[in-house]
Amino acid sequence: MLRYMLKRLVSLVLSLAVASLIIFAVIEIAPGDPASFMLGINAQPETLAALRAELGLDVSKAQRYVAWVGGMLTGDFGTSYTYRTPVAGMVADRIGVSIPLALYALVLSVVIAFPAGLYAAARRGRAGDLGVMGATQLGVAVPNFWFAMMLVLTFAINLRWFSAGGFPGWDDGVFAALKSLTLPAIALALPQAAILTRVMRSALLDVLGEDFMRTARAKGLSERQTLWRHGLRNALIPVLTIIGLQFSFLFAGTIIIEQVFYLPGLGRLIFQSISARDLIVVESVVMLVVFGVIVINFLVDLAYAVVDPRLRARA
Amino acid sequence: MKLLEVENLSLKIRDADILRDVTLSLDQSDILAITGESGSGKSMTALAIMRLLPHGAQATGRIHLAGTDLARLSETDMCDLRGNDIGMIFQEPMTALNPVHTIGRQVTETIRIHTGASPAEAETRAREVMTRVGLPPDRFPLSRHPHALSGGQRQRVVIAMAIALRPKLLIADEPTTALDVTTQAQILDLLRDLVADFGMGLIMITHDLAVVADMASHIAVMRGGEIVETGRTAALLRDMRHPYTRMLFEASSHEVALPVPPAPQPLLTVSDVHRSYRLPRRKLFERPETFKAVDGVSFTLMRGERLGLVGESGCGKSTLTRTILGLDPPQAGTILLDGAPVTMQGRPNPDVRRRIQVVFQDPFGSFNPRHRVARLITEPFHLLADPPQGAARQDAIAQALTAVGLQPDDATRHIHEFSGGQRQRIAIARALIIRPELILFDEAVSALDVSVRAQILDLIAALCRVYGLTYLFVSHDLSVVRSVTDRVMVMQSGRIVEEGRTEAVFSDPQHPYTRQLIAAAPKLPDIEALQRDVTHA
Repeated sequence: MLRYMLKRLVSLVLSLAVASLIIFAVIEIAPGDPASFMLGINAQPETLAALRAELGLDVSKAQRYVAWVGGMLTGDFGTSYTYRTPVAGMVADRIGVSIPLALYALVLSVVIAFPAGLYAAARRGRAGDLGVMGATQLGVAVPNFWFAMMLVLTFAINLRWFSAGGFPGWDDGVFAALKSLTLPAIALALPQAAILTRVMRSALLDVLGEDFMRTARAKGLSERQTLWRHGLRNALIPVLTIIGLQFSFLFAGTIIIEQVFYLPGLGRLIFQSISARDLIVVESVVMLVVFGVIVINFLVDLAYAVVDPRLRARA
Repeated sequence: MKLLEVENLSLKIRDADILRDVTLSLDQSDILAITGESGSGKSMTALAIMRLLPHGAQATGRIHLAGTDLARLSETDMCDLRGNDIGMIFQEPMTALNPVHTIGRQVTETIRIHTGASPAEAETRAREVMTRVGLPPDRFPLSRHPHALSGGQRQRVVIAMAIALRPKLLIADEPTTALDVTTQAQILDLLRDLVADFGMGLIMITHDLAVVADMASHIAVMRGGEIVETGRTAALLRDMRHPYTRMLFEASSHEVALPVPPAPQPLLTVSDVHRSYRLPRRKLFERPETFKAVDGVSFTLMRGERLGLVGESGCGKSTLTRTILGLDPPQAGTILLDGAPVTMQGRPNPDVRRRIQVVFQDPFGSFNPRHRVARLITEPFHLLADPPQGAARQDAIAQALTAVGLQPDDATRHIHEFSGGQRQRIAIARALIIRPELILFDEAVSALDVSVRAQILDLIAALCRVYGLTYLFVSHDLSVVRSVTDRVMVMQSGRIVEEGRTEAVFSDPQHPYTRQLIAAAPKLPDIEALQRDVTHA
């Protein structure tokens, strides 16, 4: 197990190094000089040069890469070109929204998908299964921003249970903050839950056909016991893969939902920074998102090893 | 009172009759063998007794176990009974155990769900059972996972789970079919001992008549969902009233007449071939160990000769076959066909490749289901510099299909329309179509029922007469190799340990390993001798 973890850890560090190089290269190649963008087209060459020196744009690319990576390792993400405030502070505020939102949505998605998948698999081909499958078809097909708008119409505007958008911050208490994240989390979770339900159901059905499930029945376990004791853990392997992918998506891909609910999250920050050519913010946020995704993959790999002893042995 | 009585058991799945009026009985300490070819209903009979039939199956008839009518029990009562009064062992030990649970947990589970024993009590009991089946926990800790055990060891775990609570009845569905002969002999001995020790009744389902004759006190022969003949083993073997029973036994010991091989003239020369694989690295800074799959193999195959290669799984047969086909280049040594190397610079030599063809084991997996037969059997044409076109191509297809006993019209059909035996004929047609000088048969008849196997062996012999085939016949089945080869090689741990005229090797084996293999292989009884004994008496 230790060997397996070490191997995964080495691959994590290597992925991060490669990702940082690619992000830096791609963003540096992108056309548009932040200094000339900030000063407009009529700027004096001297002013431009002074600003470039101030922003640290006048040294070689290699030096800038080293400075950028070195800074990030010590928690210094540089200073935003447009807002002139430390990027670290801006990002910290946004992460306080994005990560709880992603986790909230993921928990909802799992809480919906596990029972629904189990229920559908246990009643394969019967009315209950068809009902669940029909609902998931709908969940996959309907875009989440439309769900979001329906939720706002129903629960914020008609029933007035939730506010239609905005985020009060964590200082006003956990309850108020979670309450304002509830509608966006549901809107994000429903399509993910639909996908996860389908994966869960088909993984369970695959496992139901396995020889060891028949062996378990021959030992005297009931169908339900067989499913719980022998089916579930074997079915978790494909399900974990999807959960990992979903968390990555929820963490980084929530721009539209943040827009619908006026949430100050990472997605909006990236969007705004790209429009403003605030390259240092874009670089840092993208790197941070990549870091998050790679760490999640690492955790999923560890979870595989916990679930499947064959993986531990093979490493 | 009989331990088990099954009366007029019939089974329908949707509208198909799976079983018809199956009636059989079994006493304590007795072994009943149910035998027959695939699709005869052997396994369904077992599952019907366990009441573990697939969804949509409807069974009628009486099944009494020690006086209890199983058909009348509720599902909850059946759960109490399974694992407690009836244990079951399955064919495929590689998949019969849950890969994510330890073997200890899987054995204790049987004990705990039925007896409510505490984890510690169940573990003590599990240790005893594991020791009884030959896996003492000091050498095979209960914390092991199934993937760390061999096929034979896993089958012992499955047996341990089935007998942990000393059931009255044990059902074994092809328990040794997936195992090597020496492992098979050990497992059969274990089952025999358990029956004697515990006084269990054993229903043994197997297609292997040699195993049947060796193990069972009673035999039931099934065909098409019905029992065609049943009785005490000795009497049944002596009389064989039903023609199907006679056909099965004749097909099992089928011998073919091979033509006399021509004067020796070397065709394939294999000299000192080595092929090893790197094992996964154990420690970070240590050289990974290597596994020598083929370790210095040399032999010469003469033109027109039929050479056999036998050995157990993992002995290197498949690696050697792949190397001769040029799929894996040898790491040392040479393989020459008529003086030309099979591989050049690590790639198959096309001039040699078109003169060698192969027939694989699995008639179901070795064809692309989307292609028609014409396309499937003409695949080797891509090896030719100038493949036949138009009418010449049609003639070649018709000839190849006719040679293997099929119709030229079959060329337009898809592979799913054919039975296993017909598919193997198509595989042979595919090998024959470019008239190769050498054919490799890699377990080519191992997946077939005995009657179909006999037909395919006859076909191979007939093709030898017409085309003067030269082949290497690779198999774990000693009786088949004995009937279709002139000379045989025995392989163990990557080496050829014995080699000689087939009859000589089988009747007077020299190497201890060959002797062990031949001794372990179950033998069909000499039916004529049985019959003579009775007439004399």
